[in-house]
Amino acid sequence: MTDPTRLDGDPGEGILSSLEHMDAGERAEHDAAVASSVAPTRVSTVAQGETLLAVDGLTVRFGGLTALDDVSFDVKRGEILGLIGPNGAGKTTCFNIMTGVYRPTSGDILLEGRSLSRMKRYRIIQEGVARTFQNIRLFGAMTALENVVVGTDARHRTSVPGALLRLPRHHREEKEGVEKAMALLEFVGIADRAADKATALPYGYQRRLEIARALATEPKLLCLDEPAAGFSATEKDALSELILKIRDDGYTVVIVEHDMRVVLGVTDRLVVLDFGRKIADGHPDEVRRDPAVISAYLGGAIDEATPAVAEGDA
Amino acid sequence: MPATPQAPDASGERVIASVLDPAVLTPLVVHAQPWINFDVGLLVDRFWANTINGLAYGSVYALIALGYTLVYGVLQLINFAHSEIFVIGVFATYLTFLGLGFQPGALPNLPIAAIILDLILAGVVAMVVAGLAAVGLERVAYRPLRRRNAPRLAFLITAIGASFAIQQVIRIWRGSNPEGTIRLLPPSPVFTIFGAPITNLQIIIILASLAMFVVADQFVNRSRLGRGIRAVAQDPATATLMGVNRERVIMITFAVGGILAGAAALFYLMTIPQGAVYNGGFLLGIKAFTAAVLGGIGNLRGALLGGLILGVAENYGQSLFGGDWRDVVAFVLLVLVLMFRPTGILGESLARSRA
Repeated sequence: MTDPTRLDGDPGEGILSSLEHMDAGERAEHDAAVASSVAPTRVSTVAQGETLLAVDGLTVRFGGLTALDDVSFDVKRGEILGLIGPNGAGKTTCFNIMTGVYRPTSGDILLEGRSLSRMKRYRIIQEGVARTFQNIRLFGAMTALENVVVGTDARHRTSVPGALLRLPRHHREEKEGVEKAMALLEFVGIADRAADKATALPYGYQRRLEIARALATEPKLLCLDEPAAGFSATEKDALSELILKIRDDGYTVVIVEHDMRVVLGVTDRLVVLDFGRKIADGHPDEVRRDPAVISAYLGGAIDEATPAVAEGDA
Repeated sequence: MPATPQAPDASGERVIASVLDPAVLTPLVVHAQPWINFDVGLLVDRFWANTINGLAYGSVYALIALGYTLVYGVLQLINFAHSEIFVIGVFATYLTFLGLGFQPGALPNLPIAAIILDLILAGVVAMVVAGLAAVGLERVAYRPLRRRNAPRLAFLITAIGASFAIQQVIRIWRGSNPEGTIRLLPPSPVFTIFGAPITNLQIIIILASLAMFVVADQFVNRSRLGRGIRAVAQDPATATLMGVNRERVIMITFAVGGILAGAAALFYLMTIPQGAVYNGGFLLGIKAFTAAVLGGIGNLRGALLGGLILGVAENYGQSLFGGDWRDVVAFVLLVLVLMFRPTGILGESLARSRA
């Protein structure tokens, strides 16, 4: 699973940690360097990707609270889109609508033109939207491998009699499922603990396991909800690397994340929410120069010296 | 004193009690007059007979207990109507016997192979009927509540209501007297263990129950649908988001529980041929539920262990304290175990049971 074109030194620690101090020009160069080292073939696709997911006038109200207010944006095939904003901006709500946890009050979400908002929850994963969770939600008593196999089950068709009678198809699917799950554990780098119970895994492994489980459903769109939460700097860099690797494998990724190092290190585009409204949408460099964004959130987060800006405005 | 599990009950009044009174009671009735005994000699004497007989009873408890435990694992619901699913299985078995031309009171004069075939046929009918009944119960009684997000108490009351409703419908249909005794396979000692005769029925029931348990266990732990069941048990919301169809999982869970109850019904009617009666599921259901809690509700292997322990323990208790103490021993045992291990012997739930 290692990319032979990857630079030998890890593109993580050193490069990413200096991101915050880059100006736009350096940043663009850096992006190009990372892109060419990790995925030389991807750059053009990202530039002219077609729309995979369309969020269209999404409004969500919980009683008197408007969590999302007429939010629209697109996710292009093959890109990594960052969904950011201060706490309570509606990022996770947006995720929850995309994966069917909530129904929108109005507006719609279309995956390849098909509406997800009226679909049964378990169907959405078959349509191709998979997610991880901010607070890890693994099947704790199952092994790491089994957790991933549950993901592959979404693509399998064995019937009850098939399972009871142990028909050849059931066997084949089981075998394929386990093989695929094992390959995914290797892909995310935790294959050495495949037989351990999910709850017995170290925290970082659990986060990676969630990603493997989501990938097992063969998603068109992978939604990562704060994947770097609770990570050390080193772990964050390794995670960034993994996310890029996932995109380069052909997946489209939407990521909600507070950590700006991770966000700026991996995203191709940013959508910024504040109080349920979209306040910016564009290339990370444009977005972080956007005055509205700076006043709402980003300035405070990037410029560690003035965190009060974010606090005060939020 | 040969083990004669079907010795007619001395009193002849307490149908349920007689149904559950095992063979070992008979010799006691003669001399056990004080309100409680402490007959260690008898306990030692009958140790092996009690053990084997208890395992046979316990197997039936265990099969029913699996139904309670599976549904509890997936829905956190004690499906009190499960005992009536079992009774439906008993009647399905009985009516299949009648349909096959067996008559109450008459011992069939058929080659053993034909009898075994008939028993298997009756078992299959009972499993199908009970399985369908369980799925139907879920559709009619529980699914509408789920749709409306009813509080848990509503489910519990519905379960109790469904239990009584089914029971009374059976009473109206078949009357309140037990059906006649149809015995296809009379118990006959096959060999002895430390002097205790082991009957063909005991062997069949213990082995067949274990086989059914292994199949159920493999199904839950090794198949895709079983993985779905465990995923829903651990975290319904996440399981749904991972593409598990929760409604389908619930239906399959009820079906599996019903099928196992149907098998239990056949074994029960093989040991207790006069057992087909409308309220025959009540005490047995409570015992099976007790077994499930004893082993750790939601835990498949716990249900098996709980059933076997309960079956054996009540036999020991009966020898030690006297026949009337059988049920007391069973439930005191439950209370004691829960005092020291509130999650049951194996503890935890289907959610946490290891594959």
